[in-house]
Amino acid sequence: MERAAALDDPRPVLSALIEAGYRVIAPVEQDGAIRYLPAVDPDSLPKGRIDSQTPGSYRLEDGDPERWFDYVVSPESWKAWLYPARRKMWTSTRSEDGLSFERPEAEWTPTAFFGVRPCDLAAIEKQDAILKDGAFADPDYAHRRENALIVVIQCARSAETCFCASMNTGPRAQAGFDIALTELGAEADHRFLVEAGSEAGARVLEGLTEDATEADKDAAHAATNAAAASQIRVMPENVAAGLKARLTAPEWDDVAKRCLNCANCTMACPTCFCSDVQDTSDLTGDLTDRWRVWDSCFNPDFSYIHGGAVRTSSMSRYRQWMTHKLSSWHDQFGASGCVGCGRCIAWCPVGIDIVAEAETLMAQPED
Amino acid sequence: MRDSAEPHTAIADPMLPIAMRVSEAWRELDDVVSLRLVTKDGAPFAFAPGQFNMLYAFGVGEAAISISGDPARTGELLHTIRDVGAVSGALTRLKAGDEVGVRGPFGSSWPVDSEHDRHLLFVAGGLGLAPLRPAIYRALATRHRFASITLIMGARSPRDLLYPYQLAGWTASHALRLNITVDHAGPEWTGSVGVVTTEFARALAGIDPAKVSAYLCGPEIMMRFGAMGLADMGVSTERMWLSMERSMKCAIGLCGHCQFGPDFVCKDGPVFRHDEIARRLTLKEI
Amino acid sequence: MVIKTIRDILEEHPAFKSFDDDALDLISGCGTNEHFAAGSMILREGDDASKVHILRKGDAAIEIAAPGTGPLIVETLHAGDVVDWSWLVPPRRAMSDARAVTEVSAISLDANCVLGKCDEHPNLGYQMFKLWLPHLAERVRNGRMQLLDLYGANAG
Repeated sequence: MERAAALDDPRPVLSALIEAGYRVIAPVEQDGAIRYLPAVDPDSLPKGRIDSQTPGSYRLEDGDPERWFDYVVSPESWKAWLYPARRKMWTSTRSEDGLSFERPEAEWTPTAFFGVRPCDLAAIEKQDAILKDGAFADPDYAHRRENALIVVIQCARSAETCFCASMNTGPRAQAGFDIALTELGAEADHRFLVEAGSEAGARVLEGLTEDATEADKDAAHAATNAAAASQIRVMPENVAAGLKARLTAPEWDDVAKRCLNCANCTMACPTCFCSDVQDTSDLTGDLTDRWRVWDSCFNPDFSYIHGGAVRTSSMSRYRQWMTHKLSSWHDQFGASGCVGCGRCIAWCPVGIDIVAEAETLMAQPED
Repeated sequence: MRDSAEPHTAIADPMLPIAMRVSEAWRELDDVVSLRLVTKDGAPFAFAPGQFNMLYAFGVGEAAISISGDPARTGELLHTIRDVGAVSGALTRLKAGDEVGVRGPFGSSWPVDSEHDRHLLFVAGGLGLAPLRPAIYRALATRHRFASITLIMGARSPRDLLYPYQLAGWTASHALRLNITVDHAGPEWTGSVGVVTTEFARALAGIDPAKVSAYLCGPEIMMRFGAMGLADMGVSTERMWLSMERSMKCAIGLCGHCQFGPDFVCKDGPVFRHDEIARRLTLKEI
Repeated sequence: MVIKTIRDILEEHPAFKSFDDDALDLISGCGTNEHFAAGSMILREGDDASKVHILRKGDAAIEIAAPGTGPLIVETLHAGDVVDWSWLVPPRRAMSDARAVTEVSAISLDANCVLGKCDEHPNLGYQMFKLWLPHLAERVRNGRMQLLDLYGANAG
């Protein structure tokens, strides 16, 4: 929806969302990181802070005090809200009448996600394809998703770990948002280009904005183009077919020697969706709850069938993760499972770089 | 049974079990039990041969168990379960009158009706006869439409043969040709001893391998070498199906546990055509 | 009624169908027809392996006995199969029992005769090699599969 407008300050958008009755989740600085938490105060935005993200490292630093959104992605992604790490699926009770099963009440009020980066918007769309739009949907996810308004912040800065440009997921989102803001440079007085992507987004913006000039629009594209141009990591173009042809390359053993199998990459990844179930009982033994909890293909028991696990080696588990993300995801869902957010690089305790590993593997002869 | 009840095929809520009652439970082998389940409202439970259910033992957990009964008998569900862990152990200890949670039916099925006029060859190893049995029932129901029906059974020893009463019945009624082979036996055994592949030549004697449709179910190694042996004899790899086993939690392609290359075994399988997965069968830890 | 010669029988037998005329001529001189009643022993463990049996009709069981458990059938053999290979391998001693499960007809070849002719006629020796090696390879492969105890409770 090409309805651009301009704004001097992002806070009125937050205030308007709160006034419109949305619960607003927005970036907040906490425990040395930017987190996405419920925001009641528009002044809580971490203005002037940037994140330095490199393989195995994440640090917040002071940036240009006049700029609002020069940090990029949080350690946690929005899946923590849409597909929480622990969620009750059902309760079962045993009585004289036998067993009965009930779903819990939905506990989700209309929520606005403020500050979704284009890569994370792409990640949400990838999870939609699996959890909402497939043959079977997760009704809880679908309910949350349908009641979530998305305010995108287009990226005017890339971290060292960002490679969204090569995944075609950023730094500018074209669609899929309700509202999108681009922070312009000093030459445009740090104003914002505002795009409404939906009727709901347009309603929130009513009366807040003035018309954008052509110069505003040009400045917005220049800002995101500069962010793209600054990215140093580029995912090899034919990686999906290429990895499939190199499933027995010895280089898998090399990365496996460095990998700790800690599962951090899968927890930080905004598209990883694997889950396990846990059952808990009360003391009477007549009431049990079933919980869905995040799981990871790096856990040795993940592939357990009676007698043992299918993927016992670290090599096979790393290969499973990387080939699913970059290759078989295409077969299953028609696109890559990677959005180039760089979280798995920054949050890997030993700094394994998925782009570098992909380049190394692609340089090997085919099986 | 209610006349108006709709079969449980649409899976109203694939994540939420329905309670079913155990109407009968009996021991098949030392560590194997069969359960007959009925819905509490009398509604039929329709399924396709080869599909599975998630069975929930109250307070213990869920396991994926193939349906082993006759698909024409929608008034009941038969499951055959080996005690190999906490959940399957709890399921084997259920008694008539107990209740169990059921989600399903899930997954792909053995194509039987599409193979009219062909020679059907079922190759079952160990408990692999349980997921194959619904397909055999389906084939026997329209026996005249098939050129022949052969079942090759592999088991550890003669006393480990699943459903011996049924094998005897099928043989006595000449419903199908049966070749049994075991890994070892006492001197009283007059049948074959050896791996299932050693039975292929005799089972297919006089049959044009190009007209064979084969269904393999058992340990993955048995299916891998079995399919290879049949292909070497001239059976088309596009006319062989096998049923894969992987860890399953959700059964609807959302949890990732059963990933098998570009497929989820729960929803893209468990029954796969051999040519579609042949390469993966020889890749380790895939 | 036409009485078949050993050569006729060998020529029709699947195991020898790849043999050329010269080879068949040579080897038929070493052959005899043998019949075993159901339950009778074809070979006994420890016997001199002076003969090799090639099954024409009926089934045979390879058995190994252990105190307390009695004989255990580890393999069954059918028409076309070769009963044992001990005759090829010094000290040419049968390493298992072979029992006729049904009535069995077999051709037995005298081991000394066959080995002697192979020494004289390397072409015959090579054709024997091409007959035995695939057969032995398959038997070893099948034996490995059985070792896995595939159908055991905790086997994959």
